[in-house]
Amino acid sequence: MAVFVYAENINGVYKKAALEAVSYAKAIADQAGDTVTAISVNPTDSSDVLYKYGASNVINIKDEGLKNFSAKAFAQAVNEVADGNTIVFPHTTDASSLAPMLAVMKNYSLITNVLEAPESLSPFQVKRRAFSGKGFMHAKAEGNGVIITVSQNAFGVKESAVSGSEEVKNLSVANEDTKVISHEQSSGKLDLKEAEIVVSAGRGMKGPENWGMIEDLANVLGAATACSKPVSDIGWRPHTEHVGQTGKAISPNLYIAVGISGAIQHLAGVNSSKTIVVINNDAEAPFFKSADYGVVGDAFQIIPALTEKIKAIKG
Amino acid sequence: MKILVCISSVPDTTSKINFTADKSAFDKNGIQWVINPLDEFALTKAVKLQETQGATVTVINVGDAATEPVIRKALAIGANDAVRVNLDPKDSYSTAKEIAAVAQNGGYDLILCGKESIDYNGGSVPGMVAQLLNQPFVNASVGLDVNGSEATAVREIEGGKETISVKLPAVIAGQKGLVDEKDLIIPNMRGIMSARTKPLQVVEPASSEVKVQGVSYDSVPPRAAVKMVSPDNLDELVRLLHEEAKVI
Repeated sequence: MAVFVYAENINGVYKKAALEAVSYAKAIADQAGDTVTAISVNPTDSSDVLYKYGASNVINIKDEGLKNFSAKAFAQAVNEVADGNTIVFPHTTDASSLAPMLAVMKNYSLITNVLEAPESLSPFQVKRRAFSGKGFMHAKAEGNGVIITVSQNAFGVKESAVSGSEEVKNLSVANEDTKVISHEQSSGKLDLKEAEIVVSAGRGMKGPENWGMIEDLANVLGAATACSKPVSDIGWRPHTEHVGQTGKAISPNLYIAVGISGAIQHLAGVNSSKTIVVINNDAEAPFFKSADYGVVGDAFQIIPALTEKIKAIKG
Repeated sequence: MKILVCISSVPDTTSKINFTADKSAFDKNGIQWVINPLDEFALTKAVKLQETQGATVTVINVGDAATEPVIRKALAIGANDAVRVNLDPKDSYSTAKEIAAVAQNGGYDLILCGKESIDYNGGSVPGMVAQLLNQPFVNASVGLDVNGSEATAVREIEGGKETISVKLPAVIAGQKGLVDEKDLIIPNMRGIMSARTKPLQVVEPASSEVKVQGVSYDSVPPRAAVKMVSPDNLDELVRLLHEEAKVI
């Protein structure tokens, strides 16, 4: 069973989610007694990065036509080189866009949002996130080939160095249906889904002008910032920061919720966080029932004080 | 312009999720059903295009007769007509095949859907439909304009946004931002009354090939009891995060 993995890069640099997908592919390959082949499109990073996590073959697709992302064109390119019956993707926006197209092209089963190493390889069976984090599904693939997308921060990045070799494939995939007009990337901001620590706030912050202290706390922790649905609905924070059932589902190591009461829809998006801290002035806030640590009190006093204390221990 | 909007009937967002005693299926007892919230953004966008560009909007749902109230709600929001494929959906692939089969004959310029359903969270149907129809696909769309045979879509990317022009026909999967939450249409009495007489066509499934089976389901295990820390003792919180949870 040859295991292939799509190593997604951003501006040529491998994403953490790609390294996690390679780690996952390596775990499957070890179980099956096989090797991992990573596929990347126009990377600038060295393949050594992928060897470190267990890919012993790296196929670098070089194609000027794939400079910009198009789900259809990328799926065609991956289809040309992925010559195995197991293909692993990270569950990023781009990878989870091209994986369904590839599944149809190859006539393979597709299991998305995978959380753990497979329970069985033949038939392929694995635990996945379902019901927006309110439940789990054990999904079994029918047929001969399977494509999976690995939920970010679920399996973890695991080093497993191998010696590897690289192959360059020059393709020229037709990419005529879509054209990128503009591309805005906010620099220096941590990606919410990849972040290991997330500081999030809700209506308890009383207004967007008070978010500075949330950002200060996030900065000392090296964290991304997020918000509850009402906050993004009012326009205090952008939609991209909304975590919850209809926003983003995240799984950081530490989730700090400030002034968020903890509606069931919000919990759905964050309850797979490994540690949850809730800070709220309402001792009856339902979120405390789902937290590991809780502080009842005034966020406007607690957050600056906590920021100073964390700054002190971080030296 | 003809638009097809794919809608899924899902448990209301406030639902507690339970599974049957043998854990083999989702327990539907006591569940209120709603249009998948992400599909609602797509439907509202389609109705806006109907108002501004004279588009006709057809909604499609793959589901048994129990989903009809949700389809009627979509008609009350403003869709012109509806198609229900009479199949209790088993996986993303079988659902996508049915949508593609209907779309194939319908000559739609644009297929709109939510980027995933909030129940099974496959996020796979839109991309599969696009591939089955050999059409371009834009996922996670947070903005859309249509101009003749081209659309301009804004899609969310990690840490930013990208604006893309797309040749129609195409499949666009939307999310919050495609329209603002405040612009979602709440059906009024006139809409509800007219929905009763709008055409709802029921078609039998074209195929029933399933590629993924849900073997069993688990609930989320409860967390250990919360440890409360006094706001006057934040050193203790920092110590717990550092030494006990080892997360900072």
